[in-house]
Amino acid sequence: MTAQQNIKIKADYKENKKLVAQKTASIVSKTGIYIFLIIMAFIVLVPFYWMLNVSFQSTEEVLNSTNMSLFPKEFSPQNYVSVFEYSSSQTGGINFMGYLTNTLIVAVFSTILGTLFSIFVAFALARLNFKGREIIFTALLATMMIPGEMMVISNFVTVSRLGWVNQDGVGSYLAMIVPFLVSIFHIYLLRQTFKQIPNELYYAAKVDGCGDFKYLWSVMVPMAQSSIITIVILKLMGTWNAYIWPNLVANEKYKLVTTWLRSSFTDPNAGADGRTLFNLQMAATVTVTVPLLLLFVFFRKYIMSGVSRSGVKG
Amino acid sequence: MLDYKKDRIAWLYLAIPLFLLIVFTFYPLVKTVLISLFTQYNSLTDDFGKFFDLMAYQHVLGDRFFLGALGNTMIIVFVSVPISTILAILIAVALNSIKPLQKVFQTIFFIPYVTNTLAIGMVFSVMFTHSSVQGLLPEGLVNTIFNLNLDWVGESAPFERWMFVVLLYNIWNALPFKILVFIGGLQSISKQYYDAAKIDAAPKNRVLTKITIPLLSPLISYIVITSFIGSFKTYESVLAVAAKPGKSLDFDRLTVVAYVYDKIDKIGMDEINFVSHYSKAAAAAVILFAIILIFTVVNLYVSKKRVHY
Repeated sequence: MTAQQNIKIKADYKENKKLVAQKTASIVSKTGIYIFLIIMAFIVLVPFYWMLNVSFQSTEEVLNSTNMSLFPKEFSPQNYVSVFEYSSSQTGGINFMGYLTNTLIVAVFSTILGTLFSIFVAFALARLNFKGREIIFTALLATMMIPGEMMVISNFVTVSRLGWVNQDGVGSYLAMIVPFLVSIFHIYLLRQTFKQIPNELYYAAKVDGCGDFKYLWSVMVPMAQSSIITIVILKLMGTWNAYIWPNLVANEKYKLVTTWLRSSFTDPNAGADGRTLFNLQMAATVTVTVPLLLLFVFFRKYIMSGVSRSGVKG
Repeated sequence: MLDYKKDRIAWLYLAIPLFLLIVFTFYPLVKTVLISLFTQYNSLTDDFGKFFDLMAYQHVLGDRFFLGALGNTMIIVFVSVPISTILAILIAVALNSIKPLQKVFQTIFFIPYVTNTLAIGMVFSVMFTHSSVQGLLPEGLVNTIFNLNLDWVGESAPFERWMFVVLLYNIWNALPFKILVFIGGLQSISKQYYDAAKIDAAPKNRVLTKITIPLLSPLISYIVITSFIGSFKTYESVLAVAAKPGKSLDFDRLTVVAYVYDKIDKIGMDEINFVSHYSKAAAAAVILFAIILIFTVVNLYVSKKRVHY
């Protein structure tokens, strides 16, 4: 109503035509913006749709049609059961549950130990005064810029000389966990948070007879809670997504879910060079993607604050 | 005395993590450079050998596969970074200018944010799949919809086609993070500037080029620098899109990082020129680091001149 009145009042002005032209221009541009956004949103969503679509197609459909259909002809959720049970001679006989167990073991140890070490170093660098503190901090900052590929070659030699590479036992886990246990970026992130906690609290705690260690656990850690949760989630995501290094060093039986994801999923009835079962392959990608999406739904705030500060995922 | 005790406590907190950092971060850095220079390095005995020269660099830079890998990496960097940055700015500006459905669109654009690079890359590979023998396997989405019969990512796919899919995937993959950062930046721009532009009846494109982009420029420079660094290390996305599951990349589809990892799998010397594979890998890693360093410095220099605060 008021809008119409406005237009009427404005219609009396000389610039009436110009206003109408401006209004149409704005409607046209708004429509353009929406069309652009819809097209982009469509492009973003297509791979997700395709992944779900193919993952529910039956094996018969995948093997016997010349074109993939845009919707499963026969809805077959049992692909998810088959993919969990899938194992080939190449994989050392382990299936999804085996890969999942390996991933969980690596994730638990590297997350707990890695986070603890980050807390300790960040605390020492942020709160304690000692000789060499600035040197250590500068050295850490400087190495943060250097790509990890520089270290990979020597680390591989170190790890294989320790006898961990391709070892059928704990060694495979150690090779995956130990080299990446301490993350300089996480130390840096925590140190920034610890620095924001006022000094007065520390002195007050000292007066009350609280030691350094107790102060760290009962004051600093609870106050830096959200940064610590961010680090834990980044560590978990890092293990879940890790592929190249674990695939390089671990024994077949000790590899992680990403290696399972890249299994060939071939038709077991066709021998060694069988046809790829796209439905199983896509069921595997859905399985690997869903936990990440769930993590994102529940911990969006923490993930975003961590990733936006580092510019990298995981 | 007191100082001494305090120092000791601090070192207790630092001891294990620092030891791990020295063994797996600082020491390898120096060692990699040394391996690249001692060209007879033996990876099994960890023996450096007695030849100290630049042969590894010479052979890497003369290696057809390394130059190909470098070329592939450069194309990925120089095509996907600019396109994804510009697209992300456009999407963020568009998102910021609408009211209804804004939240819905934001959520959609954020979905790919936390996904596994390998997993979605394999989805792209399936979308572009092609059956070498007709009817052996179904054609993928793209060939079906456009009624084509092209090999996009398979063994017989020509360079332009697999590279197109790789670039498409890299851009798709890079968008959400950039959109997120740019939207944050746009929302922190003061409304006063836009009100002033409205009073002056400034046209929309001029508002974009004279107000939005300059005020966003610190963030744009941050995004360009970090994604340059990230794209130079591209490996997994190419592996997922352009290699068969369970197999490694073809030699003409390598990136620099893939080249390094390919060499780590090998033992001993190259039979043709007697340079250790590890020395070559190390030389390739050092070259990659040098390139990243040069580009970061150039980027920082340019953004210092261009960024308007």
